[in-house]
Amino acid sequence: MNGKKGIILTGAIVGILAVVLVKLGNAGNYGLCIACFIRDTVGALGLHRAAVVQYIRPEIIGIVLGAFIMAVAGKEYNARGGSSPFVRFVLGFIVIIGALMFLGCPLRMVLRLAGGDLNAVFGILGFVAGIGSGIVFLNKGFTLKRTYTLSSFEGYMFPTLCAGLFMLLIARPAFVLFSESGPGASHAPVMISLAAGLVVGILAQRTRLCMVGGLRDVFMFNDWHLLSGFIAILVAALAANAAAGNFNPGFTGQPIAHSDGLWNFLGMGLAGLCSVLLGGCPLRQLILSAEGNIDSVITVMGMAAGAAFAHNFGLAASANGPTANGKTAVVIGFLVAAAIGCSNMDKATDIKMKGDVSVDA
Amino acid sequence: MTLNQVDTRGRSCPEPVLLAKKAIERFPEGVQVIADNTAAWNNIIRFAKNAGYNVETVKEGSDYILTLIRQD
Repeated sequence: MNGKKGIILTGAIVGILAVVLVKLGNAGNYGLCIACFIRDTVGALGLHRAAVVQYIRPEIIGIVLGAFIMAVAGKEYNARGGSSPFVRFVLGFIVIIGALMFLGCPLRMVLRLAGGDLNAVFGILGFVAGIGSGIVFLNKGFTLKRTYTLSSFEGYMFPTLCAGLFMLLIARPAFVLFSESGPGASHAPVMISLAAGLVVGILAQRTRLCMVGGLRDVFMFNDWHLLSGFIAILVAALAANAAAGNFNPGFTGQPIAHSDGLWNFLGMGLAGLCSVLLGGCPLRQLILSAEGNIDSVITVMGMAAGAAFAHNFGLAASANGPTANGKTAVVIGFLVAAAIGCSNMDKATDIKMKGDVSVDA
Repeated sequence: MTLNQVDTRGRSCPEPVLLAKKAIERFPEGVQVIADNTAAWNNIIRFAKNAGYNVETVKEGSDYILTLIRQD
């Protein structure tokens, strides 16, 4: 599964599953979106009170548990952390502020385009620009410093938390909030969403599918391996949408989207910049969290906090467009990301060489 | 044959492959790279092969010792 065929097949399956989930109940072009699904989940837990986006998304739970099972089975589970934890929390927070300005994570950006939502083109352009900006920092020696080995127990806590969320979804206690209308009320059957998430988690763990890593590798190393997975998502979802009659090209009237090109560009630009500094897109952060990477768990917690604040402070955009608060937050986000980028250049550890090592010729 | 060595252990993606890239820019004939996770190991192999290097790996405990030698 590590070869080119593996990642293309993974992309194709993810693209088709996303369209199937929409067909079975998820909102339009909302088959899979890590940012939105984290937002929906924290809403269900009452951490924000936007009544239309509250639902514990089984897809997220499935992704984490699928990746966890594969990491353990493949002996890749390794609990580690301690690499600039609060910086990662803040960057995760800002990724979501950017994503909720655009209304989607990098995965949904591709799925929106595959559904004919041409506003996603501005998002993709911004995302590419954001990644390009992040690469400038990487080339100048940006680092979040080293990680350290932690107890295995600490790594098990996040998958356990996700399993607990699934129990809350099934038990539906009164303190968990579920939307009665809007995107939060539109969802495929629980077990099908969970199964789809498991498949995505298993495949993404094996192939290391990552939209941010894909573009970064193309720019830095002319390596198209990871990006080919996302191209496969686009092609497969496009074909599946066309077959299902869900392909509606245009800028206006697109599901869960607005048509403000500038802020779509800036929102995904901010998400791209911060994701490069974090080393991976929201999907990849979830997968790493399941592998015992506590730095990614902290990032996901930052994303969850960002999602809650985005709705509590009126920062998230809607079909009506961006809000003034949201625009301010995106500008602040760029300033904070730039400050983090500039203050974590480590020229001293730029490269540490140890000479005179003999190996067989 | 004597090779310089770069230690990427404890570094998160994409730092291991960036360090490997910088290492072969500085010592184009070849370097040894130490990595401590499968993702970094895979990324360095893919990068090195694309850059025209032969790669050999020796596993030592949980570490990967990669020897990158420029193809003639």
